[in-house]
This record gives sequence, C-alpha cells and structure tokens, in this order.
Amino acid sequence: MGNHNVSYQPSISPPIDQISVEERCARFQSRSIKGETKVAGLKLALSMIDLTTLEGKDSEGKVKQLCYKAMHPHDAMPGIPTVAAVCVYPTMVRTARKALKGSNIKVAAVATAFPSGLAPLKVKLDDTKFAVEEGADEIDMVISRGKFLQGDFNFVFDEIAAVKEACGKAHLKVILETGELSTLDNVRKASDIAIFAGADFIKTSTGKIQPAATMPVTLVMLEAIRDYYYETGKMIGMKPAGGIATSKLALHYLVMVRETLGEAWMNPDWFRFGASKLANDILMQLAKDQTGVYQSLNYFSND
Amino acid sequence: MSKKQDKKHQQQAAEPSLDFSKALIYTPAPESSAHIRLKKQYDLFINGTWVKPSKGGYFETINPSTEQVLAKVAEGTQEDVDKAVKAARAAYENVWSKMPARERAKYIYRIARLIQERAREFAVIESMDGGKPIRESRDIDIPLAANHFFYYAGWADKLEYAFPGKNPESIGVAGQIIPWNFPLLMAAWKIAPALAAGNTVVLKPAESTPLTALKLAEIIEESGLPAGVVNIVTGAGATGAAIVNHPDIDKIAFTGSTDVGKLIQKAIAGTGKKLTLELGGKAANIIFEDAALDQAVEGIVNGIFFNQGHVCCAGSRLFVQEGVADKVIRKLKDRMASLIVGDPMDKNTDIGAINSPEQLKKINEYLKIGVNEGGEVFQPNCSIPSKGYFCKPTLFLNTSQSHRVVQEEIFGPVLAVQTFRTVEEVIEKANNTPYGLSAGVWTDKGSKIFNMTTKLKAGVVWANTYNKFDPSSPFGGFRESGFGREGGLHGLLPYLNLR
Repeated sequence: MGNHNVSYQPSISPPIDQISVEERCARFQSRSIKGETKVAGLKLALSMIDLTTLEGKDSEGKVKQLCYKAMHPHDAMPGIPTVAAVCVYPTMVRTARKALKGSNIKVAAVATAFPSGLAPLKVKLDDTKFAVEEGADEIDMVISRGKFLQGDFNFVFDEIAAVKEACGKAHLKVILETGELSTLDNVRKASDIAIFAGADFIKTSTGKIQPAATMPVTLVMLEAIRDYYYETGKMIGMKPAGGIATSKLALHYLVMVRETLGEAWMNPDWFRFGASKLANDILMQLAKDQTGVYQSLNYFSND
Repeated sequence: MSKKQDKKHQQQAAEPSLDFSKALIYTPAPESSAHIRLKKQYDLFINGTWVKPSKGGYFETINPSTEQVLAKVAEGTQEDVDKAVKAARAAYENVWSKMPARERAKYIYRIARLIQERAREFAVIESMDGGKPIRESRDIDIPLAANHFFYYAGWADKLEYAFPGKNPESIGVAGQIIPWNFPLLMAAWKIAPALAAGNTVVLKPAESTPLTALKLAEIIEESGLPAGVVNIVTGAGATGAAIVNHPDIDKIAFTGSTDVGKLIQKAIAGTGKKLTLELGGKAANIIFEDAALDQAVEGIVNGIFFNQGHVCCAGSRLFVQEGVADKVIRKLKDRMASLIVGDPMDKNTDIGAINSPEQLKKINEYLKIGVNEGGEVFQPNCSIPSKGYFCKPTLFLNTSQSHRVVQEEIFGPVLAVQTFRTVEEVIEKANNTPYGLSAGVWTDKGSKIFNMTTKLKAGVVWANTYNKFDPSSPFGGFRESGFGREGGLHGLLPYLNLR
C-alpha cells in the first residue's frame, strides 16, 4: 500500500470557527451575479455536473437514458455544454461506458460499500477494482465515519490509501459524508486525512444523508484544499454533492470557489457538482436568458 | 549564472499562487438611484421648520465617487445655533420634559419605523454622499440606526429600572457633533438616547456628509415630534464651535478626531457642561497561532477594510504570532486580491470611495511616510476608477512600534503588520499607544480570551470577530480615544443626572 510510511497528525488541522464561516458564506451569497457573468456561470456549472443515479432500482435502461441526457442536455438550444460525468453504481459502469462512447463525459462509480462503507477492506478493494475493470474513470469512495468518530484516524487514512492504490489510473474522490461528522472541525480533519492519504477529489456527501452539501462545509473543504496547495503546490479537486438543486445556489458555490481558490479551480477538472435536479434548473435559466421568459419544466427532459 | 540556470532558479523559487484576476468577473450590478429625490438646496431644521441660514451661506456636498455636486447645504452661523438652542430650550421646558415617558417613547418608535420604511432610500443616499459601499449602508448602517431608535425607545419609560435606587432626571439641551464616517448611524447613536432620557437636541452633521441627517429631519417632521425637540444645524468647524461654546447647552457629545476633542475639552472646562468624547483609535488586532486562521483573515479584512478604514475602532495594527505569520500574510494577500474596489453603488463593491479629497490626501501622505520608513508595501493588483477618490487596500509589512504608520491614526484602508512571540509581548505592544478604543483577539482558547480582555486597555475587545455593533452593547474609549459610553444601558448615563 502506497503511503504506509505517512500518517495523519490531527495537529495539522487548524480549528474552524463556525460563526465566521457562516458569515463568510453569507457574503458569497450577497454577490450579485447578472448578465454575461450569470450566463457564463450557468454554462460553467452545467459543465461541472456529475449527473447521478444511485438507486436500488437502477437498471440498464435507466442508465442509458441518463447517459443520453448527459450528452444532450437540451438539443433545442445551441451552445449548451455537456455535463462532466455520469455517476452510477459499479454494476452499471459497463452500460454507462458503452452509452457514453465517443463523448468526453467521464464515468464515475461509487464504490467501497457505498453509502455506509461498513464492509471489510477486502470487500471494498474488490468493489473498487471491479468498477475500475468495468471502465470507471473515477471512483467515489466513502470513508469509515464510525472509525473517524472513534478517533481512529489512522484506520481511515490507511483505508483511503489502500483504495487509492486499488484505483490504479482512475481518479479517486473521497466522500466524507459531512452530514454525519457533526462539526466543521471534524470536516476539516477528515478533509486533511483524505487529502494526505491520496485523494484526487474530496466530496461532501453520498446524497443519502441529510444535511448533504452546504456552503459552510464546502468552504471548510476548499480551505483545506488551499492549505495543501500552499504547502505542496498540488491541486486537489472538490465536489459538493446533494442538496444543490437551483441555479442560484450553484452560482453562489461558484462565487465561493472563485474567491477562495481562484481561476485554476473554475473548471470540471477541479470542481464538480454532484446533482441530478440542478441540470434542468440551469437549462431553464439559460432558456429564459435567450427567450426572455421562463418555460415550463415540462419542456425539459427528465431522464 | 547562465540564463538557463537563472530561469530554472526562478521556477523553483516561484511559490504556488492563486489567480483571482480572470474567471467569473462580476458584471456591474449597480443599485438604482432613480428613486432618490434630493432638493437642490437644504436649509436648517430649527424648531420644526426649515429656515434659511442667517448669513445666507450655502456649501456644496459632493459624491466622492463621481466628484459631482449632490446638493447645497446651509452654513449655520452662531446666530442660527442660538436660534436652535433657544428652540431646544423652549421645547425642553414646555413640552418634552413634561411629557409622560411612554408618550416620548411612542415618538422614538415612530422614528425607528419610518427609518425602516425608507431604508432603501437612506442606504442609497448614504452611499452617494459618503462613498461607502451600498452593501454596507444597506446591511449595516441603516438597519443599525433604526435599531438604536428601537432600543432606546424601550428605555424611555424604564429609566428608574435602569438605575435602581437612583432618581434619574433629564439634563436639558444636548449639543451633538458627529463625524462623516457613519453619518446616519452616528446621528442615531446621539439622538436616540438623548430623547429617551428626556432631553432635547441640537445636532450638527459633518460638512461632507449632511444629507442623511437632513433626510432624518424630514422623518422627524413626518413623525410629528414636537417642534424644537430635535434641531439639525449643518455647517463646518465654526458651526460646531458655536454649539460647543453656547452658554445654554447642558451637555456636549462629540465624535471625531482626537485633536478637536482636546479643543472641545479645553473650551468647556469650568462651564459645568457634561461631556462625552468618542475620538480616534489605533486598535490592535491580535492573531494567536491557535486561532482559526482562515476566519481570522476574514476578521483582519473586516477590521481594516470595512468602510474604507474610516472607522475609529478599525483594527489598523495587526499583530500575528510569529509561528503563523507567513501563513496568515499569504492568506491575507490572496484575500485582498479578491476584494473589489470601486463604485459604491455597485452591490458587489467591497471597498468604496474615500470620503473626501482631503482624506485621500492624508492617506496618501501616510502611504509615502510608510514607504520612506522602509515598510514593505503590498497592494493587490486591482483596478480603481479614474474619477473619484479611491485608495487600494494596503499592507505595510515588517513594521515596528517605532514606525509612524503604526503609531498614528490613518483613517484609511491601510494596515500596519507586526509579529510577536509571547502573550506578554503582545499585550505590552497593544497597550503601547496613546489610544484605547478597541482591540481584537483571535484564538481557539477561551481562557486566553479572558486573560487578554482584562489586560488590554481598550473600551471594546472583540474575540474571534471584529467591528460588531449592537444597540445593547456599550461602545467607547480609554485615554486619547475619549470617555463616556454610547449604546446599551451605559449610553443613557451621559444624558441623565442621577440624584
């Protein structure tokens, strides 16, 4: 396992002041995004979406339909980008891979006994390897929250490092499931553990637990990414997932990324939205910008 | 060194850096001023009516972000001040001091509500006249001003409970002189407690920002407040001096520079007038290595760049513990790179216009002084408008207590940065100033906060926040930052005699 000689020291994680974090987020939300900036921001947000279906009832048919939507968000409107990736369970990777052939859209697979993560390491590694062999470009793993809350940080660290190795060339996104971590201090600690253990991306949530992504949680994670970049010059990506359903909120997130990490992160290589409903809301806003009026949601496909 | 080697060396030396200059640049989002109705010329508000100045003089008030004239405003003379004091005295003797306290409260509540109703108009005028960003006038100045009236309205009929066992009595006519940095808010800080305590008022707004006080006079007119209870006399220093020296004024409340404060104190010595002074400051903002650093950086920015640094309690001296100094400065520089300097009316502007050409000149002189003293200057690479009075947010790094930019109040967006090693050292340095208005402490440790608050000689100490104001919280200074408290229960005391 790759990073065995490295471990995580909690002392590297600075304390987080929740009230100030919330105030800062309110400042991001007071930015007024209008005109060209709004259109550019909406298109950027659409291109950053990981279109997701993670249901027990997922079938090949459903995944194929979702993939078509990913490649053709709204063909009636010209100049619309595709989304960044389609996110599915490992058994659906092959179907998605085939359906997305010829596009630049990535296939992401949740693995490691998603969403609870309560399985032996061997099962998690097999799950990961299977998804990669099926053709996943990206693996979204979950951390062991129970072990984290127990204070067994090295267990969490080693597990991430092991999964990273099992990923091979696939990119690793580490889901912290911040809704179960209770405090922003814990979010920061978990972010640092994931980053130092080899995450390419850190991700807020599975979408199965409330609260999912929030702006304060995302800001704390972006600040962890920034500190790591300051120290090492290495960029880590960020993916808030769950709960971002409106264009307005997506724009606020982009403002936050812009003012925290700057231009280099403002693209799908480094920032993603894990969302399913967001795409249509963005399309509706873009249509409104072109036509001057809001169209009914019935005009936008639900796949 | 060969050219090739040199290039390689540079590459190695280059630190990873963040770029805030390009992506998602916000298109202008200006707040509309189309609904604003300003008169071409404003007279004095005396005895409930608008009267022409006795000598017929008017001066212009300009928009510091466009240099355009907004209106002409009456120059109040000694005669006018006398007229205002007479009106205030008559209103005090015949009406206001005799009115049941709960009736007084109704008028004060009414003023508060009228400010709320016209909040947008007030915010826009405040930004036009003073140069502060609309975000601040909209979210801070105007709501806080209304809150001060609400808060003191509540006290009007409860004064005996405020000071149990005492018999609080109003004192008479209060002369109030306010500065240009928070025009309406300072008027509220002064007028609300004075009225609640049963006094009448002659108030002079600053000559560069008189408009919201005059708009407040319109509200007072509308509220039906008895004539003469509040009089607003505009003018410059001479008008202020006429108020200070008027024999029939019982109390002077002044907010402004330490120099003028000293003159006022000399002028009224021996007259028996009560006095409160809220003067300058050079606050220490102290970052310990165990602080939540990213949030502390926000606090540094709010501490010094709020209202272009035109804040008497601005955190203008930064002390960073040596172990985290490099980290904090780097974060601070990146944060400054994302600040937007420009049109105060734009909802995205973080730093607006410097209030007046005089103030801009003063700040620029200090920038020169700082450079000549050998301070390392940092300014972000932001653009500023070609017209109007603007100053980029500025750091002076590697300064010491002996630098003038550390010692003297600049009243602009200029931060002097020092490092420290121990708690004792930073307390000594923080207190090593003639001022004592405010301070900030940033640490994750509660015990450290309480240790610092007992040892810092400052009227207000903020912990893990900065520039937070609330009507229920007293505000005021030590030493050359003045005396007396405004806000809270303490803010009633200067307007009462306790027998």
